[in-house]
Amino acid sequence: MKRTIPVIIVSVVGTVLVLSVFFPPVQTMGEDFSLFFDIIAVFAFFLGGGNLVRIHLVKIYRKRPDWGFSVVTLVGFFVTLLVGLGKLSVTGVTASVTAPDSFLQTIFVNIITPLSSTMYALLAFYVASASYRAFRAKNREATILLIAAFIILLGRTPLGMKLTGWIPEWLSILQIPNLAVWIMNAPNLAGQRAILIGVGLGVVAMSLRLILGMDRTYLGSDND
Amino acid sequence: MRRITLIVTAVVVVLFIISWIIKTNTVPEDGTFRPFIQGFLVTFAAFLTLAIMSFLYRDNPFYKFAEHLYVGVSAAYAMSLGFWTTLVGNLFPRISQNLSDWFGVPFLHYEWHFVIPPILGIILLMRLSPKGGWISRWALAFIVGTTAGLNLPRFLRSDFIEQISSTFLPLLVQWQGVGPFFSNFSLAASGQFIAILTNITIFLGVLCGLIYFFFSKEHKGVFGTASRFGIWVLMVTFGASFGYTVMGRISLLVGRLTFLLKDWLGIIS
Amino acid sequence: MTNIGVYISLLLIFGGLLAILIYSLKGRDVDRRIIFLFVLFSVASAIIFHIEFEESATPIVKKVFEFVENLPPESKILISFDFDPAMKPEVHPMANAFVRHALVKGHKLYLMGLWPQGQALMTETIEYVLKPEFPNAVYGEDYVMLGYKAGNEGVLNVIITDFRKMYSTDAHGTSLDSIPLFDDVKSAKDMDLIFPVGGGKPGPKEWILFVGDPGNVPIAPGLAAVVAPLIYPYYPRQAIGLLGGVKGAAEYESELKKNYKEFENVETPALQMMGPQTMAHIVIMAFIVIGNIGFFRARRRKWQEGN
Repeated sequence: MKRTIPVIIVSVVGTVLVLSVFFPPVQTMGEDFSLFFDIIAVFAFFLGGGNLVRIHLVKIYRKRPDWGFSVVTLVGFFVTLLVGLGKLSVTGVTASVTAPDSFLQTIFVNIITPLSSTMYALLAFYVASASYRAFRAKNREATILLIAAFIILLGRTPLGMKLTGWIPEWLSILQIPNLAVWIMNAPNLAGQRAILIGVGLGVVAMSLRLILGMDRTYLGSDND
Repeated sequence: MRRITLIVTAVVVVLFIISWIIKTNTVPEDGTFRPFIQGFLVTFAAFLTLAIMSFLYRDNPFYKFAEHLYVGVSAAYAMSLGFWTTLVGNLFPRISQNLSDWFGVPFLHYEWHFVIPPILGIILLMRLSPKGGWISRWALAFIVGTTAGLNLPRFLRSDFIEQISSTFLPLLVQWQGVGPFFSNFSLAASGQFIAILTNITIFLGVLCGLIYFFFSKEHKGVFGTASRFGIWVLMVTFGASFGYTVMGRISLLVGRLTFLLKDWLGIIS
Repeated sequence: MTNIGVYISLLLIFGGLLAILIYSLKGRDVDRRIIFLFVLFSVASAIIFHIEFEESATPIVKKVFEFVENLPPESKILISFDFDPAMKPEVHPMANAFVRHALVKGHKLYLMGLWPQGQALMTETIEYVLKPEFPNAVYGEDYVMLGYKAGNEGVLNVIITDFRKMYSTDAHGTSLDSIPLFDDVKSAKDMDLIFPVGGGKPGPKEWILFVGDPGNVPIAPGLAAVVAPLIYPYYPRQAIGLLGGVKGAAEYESELKKNYKEFENVETPALQMMGPQTMAHIVIMAFIVIGNIGFFRARRRKWQEGN
């Protein structure tokens, strides 16, 4: 039962959703399943939150290294949850929870935005460091990669036009911005399409395996 | 080491307070606490930005503080939005008139089968329990089944059939004969030759790229040559991706520095 | 003063790069924190000294612009805010420019999102762009904010047949039946154009797969630079055009400025970012070249020693 019922659920749900594309009578059921999925997704958020609280409470209780920062996590979590679920500073229970002067919007603008943006902005520095240390034209393929990258880096800025704007119209493909556009519209498109077709086939095969019950890795081990 | 930490912390606190005072004075007075709060919020946002950036030097308590705060706040934000938009918006109007009235959303009509998702949701939450965790597989199975069922026809159509169809391009574009082709020959970006080259590159590039990924046959002879061309096309693809990735990451940095220089320090208008 | 600042910055940057080159030629490794400082300095100086350039739209961006231009008045356009603050600097300007273009042409806007953070960013667009610049735009008649819904592609699978099944109300709790914009809208298929803005999952790709292709609705994605190359295969049959990264946003902003005098003085953050972007690109290309020079020199030295 522990393993059979989930396999049956996957098969039934997957089959209904595939059939809903082709058979209108099944379409309503397919839409309902999609709505179920949306609602369960919210419970998945709650699962994530609950797991977060559990991990950090254990860390604080057992006084593991850096347990003080777990307090920061929990305080941030519960304050935001209170503000969000309670719709604090939002006029009217039906108003948007992200109304302009709401506490949740304030938290978003002044805490989530700087933290999220800066986390990813750090990657700019690591890209520069990787460019210096790791990108080597060791062989023909790597050289092609670097040349393409150079043309794109130049072509996606106004510098490319400033450097090659003098090239006459009948040779204008050699102007870096035009070359960059051609690279994106021709070889890049071709390569990405080849990858897309391969990945698409992989997704179709995997989905079929899941619906037919041939793949049960999502069940985990029997020790769960 | 501890003394250095204390000194650095003290300096940060002093700078924070100075910034708070300065930013409070830049917001027009309106007789409320608003300038005071605005000053604090801008300073706090700048502090968090610099705390994350301090990781570039090395890991430190300020970075850890910011990182841990981010984790907690983000999780709660998603939960709040999910609750109000989807549970209140989609679930309550279908299962309870009282709940709908309480939350101020229009009641739709009873759909008894909509008690299934909250049951599955609670089953999913059982994952937190050490002993009852096995039953959460039922909810996970529903999620897996939905994803598989939604993806199968759409990926087949859009990522396979449509992509193959889009690759069937005319290889001789605007063709009016060999004479006009050579008499009007140019390397103009919008010219005939480049249009032909583009379509040929796309057609051959897709074909050879797919040949490269076919590992069931040894890459020798004509097949090997096609595979080699495929690798070159893929290398151009990865080079283009690298260029765009650099552009994307730099623009995030520009955005953050603009905030620090404009909104916090006021160096630029 | 600004020009002197630019020249001094360029002098310092190129001087520093020369120093790094000499260092590398001697076979020594540069500390990564020096590299970080370089990147920081080059970007900051370009921001401080307002290094700006003009832009012109490439064909792939022009196609989107012209499509909006050629839509009949009062066409229905759906914009999906599928991004978070990590993508905001490059895609939010796109969304704002697009909102301006759509409203100045008299089109109707439907704003929704598949990411939780998208709802807050939608609020920012409405408060700081839409309301101040279009004070005559009436909520419910010219634009509507549907808000965020959880469920990724599950949301799209429902709205392709019935909007009201997923969104019984807008983000403010008003029933869709009492919003004039939804009088003749049943599903996403009734949209004349969909502009999904984002770069993760769910995002523009899901819109093409779940709405654009099955519903035959024109899609014009606004993409973060990281995912832009991945969406090119869908162009031009499944996506009418696309805006890729901050360059795409800058091109759209410049087209808007060229064609509409009323937008001559609006804030153009994407155009302003192209200067710092260029400086950073120069620095990174220089690092690649310097790194390779050092690598080849070391390899040649080893080969000579081996002989």
